[in-house]
Amino acid sequence: MFYRENGQFKSSYASDQQMLPILQDRLFMAGLLVIAFAAVPFFATDYLFLSLLIPFLILALAAIGLNLVVGYCGQISLGHAAFMAVGAYAAYNLVLRLPQLNFLVVLVLAGLIAAAVGLVFGIPSLRIKGLYLGVATLAAQFFMDWLFARVKWFTNYAHSGSVQTAPVEVFGWIVDTPVEKYLFLLVVLIVFTLIAKNLVRSHIGREWMAIRDMDVAAEVIGIRPVYAKLTAFAVSSFYVGVAGALWGFVHLGSWEPLAFSLTLSLNLLFMIIIGGMGSLLGSYFGAAFILMLPILLNQVPAMLGVPISTAMASHLEFMIFGALIVFFLIVEPHGLARLWAIGKEKLRLWPFPH
Amino acid sequence: MTGESSARAGRIGEVILAVEGVSLAFGGVKALSGVSFDVREHEVRAIIGPNGAGKSSMLNVINGVYHPQEGTIHYQGREYHDMDPHEVALSGIARTFQSLALFKGMSVLDNIMSGRNLKMRSNILLQAMRLGPALREEIEHREVVEGIIDFLEIQAYRKTQVGRLPYGLQKRVDLARALAMEPRILLLDEPMAGMNMEEKQDMCRFILDVNDQFGTTIVLIEHDMSVVMDISDRVVVLDYGKKIGDGSPDEVRANQAVVDAYLGVSH
Repeated sequence: MFYRENGQFKSSYASDQQMLPILQDRLFMAGLLVIAFAAVPFFATDYLFLSLLIPFLILALAAIGLNLVVGYCGQISLGHAAFMAVGAYAAYNLVLRLPQLNFLVVLVLAGLIAAAVGLVFGIPSLRIKGLYLGVATLAAQFFMDWLFARVKWFTNYAHSGSVQTAPVEVFGWIVDTPVEKYLFLLVVLIVFTLIAKNLVRSHIGREWMAIRDMDVAAEVIGIRPVYAKLTAFAVSSFYVGVAGALWGFVHLGSWEPLAFSLTLSLNLLFMIIIGGMGSLLGSYFGAAFILMLPILLNQVPAMLGVPISTAMASHLEFMIFGALIVFFLIVEPHGLARLWAIGKEKLRLWPFPH
Repeated sequence: MTGESSARAGRIGEVILAVEGVSLAFGGVKALSGVSFDVREHEVRAIIGPNGAGKSSMLNVINGVYHPQEGTIHYQGREYHDMDPHEVALSGIARTFQSLALFKGMSVLDNIMSGRNLKMRSNILLQAMRLGPALREEIEHREVVEGIIDFLEIQAYRKTQVGRLPYGLQKRVDLARALAMEPRILLLDEPMAGMNMEEKQDMCRFILDVNDQFGTTIVLIEHDMSVVMDISDRVVVLDYGKKIGDGSPDEVRANQAVVDAYLGVSH
């Protein structure tokens, strides 16, 4: 009854092509931004910031990056945590060796270095597809795990192999408290989401999706698969590299190579599968789902007053987590973003059945 | 009738695409052996033949998807041994597909817009920021695409995901995507396969309109003989990868080898 586009006429292509063409969507988005910027910093506790909101913002960024190559371009990657590691260690070394650089510049440079590495590991996609490509991208994961554990220069010859960072400083603003971290990451995420949205609705995005949906037809209309696939890998790795640098500097503060292991790669993949392939919104949903579910599962027995041992709780958590992933995939193989879209369709008609 | 066909005959120009002695084999299977034919500017040229005659392979050779072992292709004053799909697209040859090859996850509008990709120039940074030139370019091409949408009468579906459309409409979107490239030569691979009579009539009308209004040269593969004989200027007949007939629809109809290939020969 309230959510419909009746009477909102478009009189130019520009207004038809805007990001949120429906007024109600724009209002909803504005409300969401007000809550995120003005309400959440006052009400959320430090625990909520540190264990949920901060990792969510960073992982959502990484999931968007992975979604660009897997969801939009259709090239599967099982090694994206490796590009996060590249971003994190690139940022670490840039800050260490060129301390006068602004952190935003460091972020962009770390992203560019990750993009270059991603480009190289994207080359197999020119010859192989599907699961075979997935296996080939595992090489990135194992190679980077090895590189950062064994080549001591990257970790500045730290004995334990772990590196420490100072709090991030941007134009004299020291991003130190949980609230500040949250606000900083929120701005970064919004900027990168807008850029990703622009890319996927421009012709580069159409090239990626064309390659994903039907590569022979894409070639025949003049799209070069080499260019489309490699740009997808590069842009995706850029995003993931930036996310990696933020993960290290803002979330962890100190980390060792294991922080960017295969588990993280698989988690990112789960996020976009559950959230929705080829959907930026789905990347948000997926990141939230994967992060929140274990925390909720952890809290439920305590809330119900069931006394179980911590070991038992963590085993149960794994089992229920796995079962829920399977459940969601069966109920909606296209992810939570599709559920959201269906909900919106229903809302347009509500309260009428047709 | 005669007046109309002579008016159409007057439009036909010089040879723009000539295929000479093209042979294509997959391992031991010979798909094409020594096929030669030419296509004149502005004409409607049909390629017919029984199943497995090598018709689609022929289009794939012209497109650069398959590379022939022997033979040459003359196009726009140049001689090619084989073609590269990207160059073919740049040089103005567009194509539709027999089994639908649309981008299923994208909207009708995006599918047709992707046909304009070759003409879009702004770099990736401008696109990321959606600044001035990138935005203007997007809108300019949108106008062209809207023209094609109007022409093919698919206005109601522009925001629909292609995978959800019925088959006949998908075929039309396939044609729209090819037209968005503003091709000199349009290759149509069975544009009417699996359609009912009404959809076939619509498609015939669109093909002839494209030919008349844009002067696009059309090479089409089709099984429906009545359609082929009605709309094409000249017909090539293939059988088992060899050319067995070439000429106007009437000549081909009278050709004994063609009749044998289609009806079978009594021994």
